[in-house]
Amino acid sequence: MAVITTKGVEKVYNPDKIPVKALKGVDLEIEAGEFTAIVGPSGSGKTTLLNIIGGLDRPTAGYVEVGGEDISQMSDNVLIDFRKQHIGFVFQAYNLIPVLTARENVEFVMLLQNRSKTERHARADELLKAVGLEDKVHKRPAELSGGQQQRVAVARALAPKPTFILADEPTANLDSESTANLLDIMARLNQEEGVTFVFSTHDQRVIDRARRVVTLVDGRVDEDLRR
Amino acid sequence: MLFKMAWRNIWRNRRRTFITAASILFAVLFASFMDSLQRGAWDNMINNVVNYYFGYVQVHQDGYWEEQSIDKAFPLADSLEQVGAVEGVEAVLPRLESFALAAAGETTSGVLVAGILPDVENRMTDLENRLVEGEYLTEGDEAVLVASGVAEKLGLALGDTLVLISQGYRGVNAAGKYPIRGIAKFGSPDLNKQMVYLPLQAAQYFYGAPGLATSLALKLGGQEDIKPVVAALRTQLDTSAYEVMDWEELLPDLVQARELDTAGNVIVYFILYMIIAFGIFGTILMMSKEREYEFGVLISIGLQRWQLALSVWIEVILLGVLGAVSGILLSMPIVCYFKVNPIRFGGEMASSLEKFGFEPIFPATFDLQIFLTQALYVFILTAVLALYPIFKIRKLQPVQAMRG
Ligand SMILES: Nc1ncnc2c1ncn2[C@@H]1O[C@H](COP(=O)(O)OP(=O)(O)OP(=O)(O)O)[C@@H](O)[C@H]1O
Ligand SMILES: [Mg+2]
Repeated sequence: MAVITTKGVEKVYNPDKIPVKALKGVDLEIEAGEFTAIVGPSGSGKTTLLNIIGGLDRPTAGYVEVGGEDISQMSDNVLIDFRKQHIGFVFQAYNLIPVLTARENVEFVMLLQNRSKTERHARADELLKAVGLEDKVHKRPAELSGGQQQRVAVARALAPKPTFILADEPTANLDSESTANLLDIMARLNQEEGVTFVFSTHDQRVIDRARRVVTLVDGRVDEDLRR
Repeated sequence: MLFKMAWRNIWRNRRRTFITAASILFAVLFASFMDSLQRGAWDNMINNVVNYYFGYVQVHQDGYWEEQSIDKAFPLADSLEQVGAVEGVEAVLPRLESFALAAAGETTSGVLVAGILPDVENRMTDLENRLVEGEYLTEGDEAVLVASGVAEKLGLALGDTLVLISQGYRGVNAAGKYPIRGIAKFGSPDLNKQMVYLPLQAAQYFYGAPGLATSLALKLGGQEDIKPVVAALRTQLDTSAYEVMDWEELLPDLVQARELDTAGNVIVYFILYMIIAFGIFGTILMMSKEREYEFGVLISIGLQRWQLALSVWIEVILLGVLGAVSGILLSMPIVCYFKVNPIRFGGEMASSLEKFGFEPIFPATFDLQIFLTQALYVFILTAVLALYPIFKIRKLQPVQAMRG
């Protein structure tokens, strides 16, 4: 069953001034449990597509369904709650709340969902262990390396067991060792937790790890490979 | 959680927090200190002026203060005890007051004749200490104590005879001759020109008003007793027959002078807090700008805008509270010090005050209200300034915020 469906998604930036057509009709179906990379040259629309799928931005035309619900019609505040319940986010950098510890960051979305303290603690500790940071539970982001911060971000995205996780170039700021390490963790959690991952990247080593590669060129799907 | 974030965010940029809190601290310290000093000066002044003659509270027959007619005199006997029994009243000064014409040979002058109980009068107004010549009155005397201005105008000296002519109670003719027993000097030119004191009995006889008084002036422990005493008297006395007035009603000019003086402060405080407001606003502006990306992340992952706004609002308020509380804590001992060790004036100011018979000291007033008022100003100020980030957050779009 498709977790995410996009149909004829177009995006025009600056429609009144100098219009930029970032997406020119994207049809895509992401199945549950997939580990999908969105690739393509710079400016091809990867970030734009991920933002629209994640309900952070709205398509100019077309629609996006998540678990059968059309998110393009939701109001701003309803969308925030929808993201809270269904979508995990990993951004390129500075994902974490600086004043919270690693564990508090991981627990954050669960807290917003009013999960019990015991559940939150257990889940946070489990995930921090899974990403190899069980000894950094009480550290603040500033005390962690870039790779460690991204691992905490992955743990935070996973914590509330979302429908899927979106990661826009999660390894762009990491060295090759940290990149490999993060990818191992993502792939393993994709297997273990069965959570759907959609990420964008430029990095060939990351692309090699994906089991489906969607290539965007100039705002259109140019190629869609499964392996 | 939101509170925890707010609290920790305050300490994120310690230097900025300290500078901002210090500016608030300074404003609160300055304002509450100045306010306490000024209030102290006025309290002292009012205390002096009020106890000089009028008293904090007076009781008259209803309508007397408006007309100031001797016909509004009332029987003393029953009212006196009742009033004296009220908690907070230290002394009751019965008086029979009316205007009269004073004459000596060819010269005449309008005077205010006050019939008093010399001993009781002394307890509040310290009249005896104003004597420059002669002796103080004793009850039962058939003699007068005159202000030095009156003696001068009429060309009279100690032991000379003063002739008083007036209309007495209910239109009877009043006339009498009294030897001058003492001459007193009043710092207030108004009083010095017109005061003539008679023992109460003599005055009642002179005005043809035996057993009557026109007013009861009350000596109270302090200003804080005014309200309860007035309230108690208004319930105990028959208010259709008596009027109970506090000094603010008796001396509206003094109230006005104080208001005029303190009105200037409002401007000073306004400017002071405007400057502080700019400082706080600068901090808020920088903080909102710096955290735009973070705000974007928070809204992306599911924090509602109102939750984020609340957290930031709490943060700004906490910053204000931090500054205000430390300002208050610092100013309290300082104000206390100046309450116990009043500022003593020297020079011209001192001598003119001493001329009035006032001690030239200015103790600060320690009143929690003063500090709370400043805290309230800071709270309002920060609460309003904190609307800026709230407004920003309301419009914040995560994608744009995170594009930097
Ligand atoms: N907010 C915006 N306003 C105007 N144009 C935009 C905006 N965001 C993106 N664009 C334009 O839309 C096109 C697609 O941008 P997008 O960021 O989606 O590309 P991308 O594939 O993520 O690129 P990169 O690999 O560099 O991250 C580009 O031409 C970009 O300049
Ligand atoms: Mg991009």
